[in-house]
Amino acid sequence: MVDLVQYLVGGLTAGTLYGLVALGIVLLYRSSRVLNFAHGDLATLAAFVGFTLLLRRQPPTPFPIGPQTGWWSFLPAMAGALLAGALAGAAFYFLIIRPVKEATLLGRIVVTLGLALAINGLVVLVWGADTKVFPFPLSDVRVYRLGGVVISQLSLGLTTAGLLLVALLYLLVQRTRVGLAMRAVAQDLTAAQALGIPSRRIFALTWGLAGMLAAAAGILAAPVTLLTPFMMLDPFLKGFAAAVLGGMDSLPGAVLGGWLLGLAESLFAGYISFKFKTTLAFLIIILTLMLRPEGLLGREYRRRV
Amino acid sequence: MQRDLRERYEQDLALVRGAAAWLALAAALIGLAVFPWYAPSYLVFTAILVSVNAIVALGLNLLTGYTGQISLGHAGFVAIGAYTSGLLMSKLGVTWWLAWPAAGIVAAAFGFLVGLPALRLTGPYLVIATLGFGIAVHQVLTNWEALSGGRMGLPVPQVTFGPAGLTAEQRLYYLAVGGAVLLTWVAFNLTRSHVGRAFVAIRDSDIAAEVVGVNLTRYKTLAFAVSAFYAGIAGALFGQALRHIEPQSFTLVESIFYFAMIVIGGLASIPGALIGAVVLTVLPQQLTLLREWVPLIFGSAIILMMVVEPKGLYGRWLRVKLYFRTWPL
Repeated sequence: MVDLVQYLVGGLTAGTLYGLVALGIVLLYRSSRVLNFAHGDLATLAAFVGFTLLLRRQPPTPFPIGPQTGWWSFLPAMAGALLAGALAGAAFYFLIIRPVKEATLLGRIVVTLGLALAINGLVVLVWGADTKVFPFPLSDVRVYRLGGVVISQLSLGLTTAGLLLVALLYLLVQRTRVGLAMRAVAQDLTAAQALGIPSRRIFALTWGLAGMLAAAAGILAAPVTLLTPFMMLDPFLKGFAAAVLGGMDSLPGAVLGGWLLGLAESLFAGYISFKFKTTLAFLIIILTLMLRPEGLLGREYRRRV
Repeated sequence: MQRDLRERYEQDLALVRGAAAWLALAAALIGLAVFPWYAPSYLVFTAILVSVNAIVALGLNLLTGYTGQISLGHAGFVAIGAYTSGLLMSKLGVTWWLAWPAAGIVAAAFGFLVGLPALRLTGPYLVIATLGFGIAVHQVLTNWEALSGGRMGLPVPQVTFGPAGLTAEQRLYYLAVGGAVLLTWVAFNLTRSHVGRAFVAIRDSDIAAEVVGVNLTRYKTLAFAVSAFYAGIAGALFGQALRHIEPQSFTLVESIFYFAMIVIGGLASIPGALIGAVVLTVLPQQLTLLREWVPLIFGSAIILMMVVEPKGLYGRWLRVKLYFRTWPL
């Protein structure tokens, strides 16, 4: 029983991260039908920017000693990383997505794939391919016990931060004028433009927001995975899987998909096989796609000939 | 000036038109045949890798360029081919001329299986399904050590083939280049037949294609199977070229590279796939000083290609040719 609860807690922690990644992907997909393969690399880039900003304020600690840092140097650096993510997202929209001639689905996928490759190459060039420790104000050694269940300060903090971000995004999209405009553009571009919504600005904002979500996911993943140019590959693929599971055009679906995937993975790893847990994620995806292609909460996207 | 006036359907179908084209083809084939006698060993090896990648790119272009089904899991099919032939040859002692076609056929069977969900999935959903397939293959190969040897990899026995005067590398060169030429010819024939037209019809509008009588189930799964067959053969050749296969050679990065080949070379064009394979294989080999820059350069090249010339290098070449043909105008 204690094992079960422990696995559930672990699953929710991982699932929150997957959900956060999935949110960024879904946000872009439902507004502009762009499947952003560069999302994970954007997250990596932002995490590295945050890392550099952080090290400007304090000297690096040697590897085995606890990678601790104070909140006062951490928060401004992370704000910088979020800003960098947002700017990078908006820049992609203006510099690359808009001028692309071949605006078909294939064309856009190819462009974001190219972007992913380029950003990854850039990160390797600037920061090197070796593993770095990301200083974080929370420790994963200090743990809280509840009954027999153990949860580290770090994963508690990460889950809280993730949930907070999800709640903030919900408020932004559902309760503000900007959010309303974003939903309008996503639903029917032509009608939105006819009503005077500045669609280009809204698209740029959506890209910026997705970039910021990517940055947040990168920052939250970095203390766990350590900082390498390829650190977001796994969370990104899982986030993608979560997005499909929940439905590519549903924001609540993305979060739900993330949690379900995290839980399924954690239980599978705990009770059946740890080695094949990534394989399980894609098995779930393929099954979802075969049984209910629009995802759990998505609405089926029908098409006229 | 337009010189060749086509009067009959057979003329329109012909792959090679006119004496000049036949001469060029003969020269190219003879050039390929004598290449390993004069080129240094590392260039022969590069040529083998180019052939391997060309075969994958040809298959992927049949699937993505012609049929419009995006696959980001092609490294998975290559891996299945490589491991099938490797296991058959090392564990069961099957000869290469049985093991390699078997690699293609097993990969094609997996292609058929991946093609089944593709019947219901379009666009981004298909991308995810194929991507998941590629990752799953890599994971299974990494973790199922009894089958694949895990991360340690699997040694591949050397093939014995041909006259004794040749080095192992030259033999493999002839096999790889011969295979690539043969499969290029097959791809040309496929695309100019009713099968190729069915593929293109599915790409342009699958519902309209079904209305005019294209059997979607048959042709979509066929496209996946053929494409995977190409990848499987390439995998067998790749395993033989390196004499050692490990899961790390078949990751998502490789799938993206295959994809980049057909995009940079030219989607829905067979010469495009060949050009893409040559450029993307030779450049990283030659740019050893800039090795770290390669992903950045390729990524930027893909973006630039989509912004400036969506038809790829081959499309640009056709435009240049058209410009000179209609020059004074």
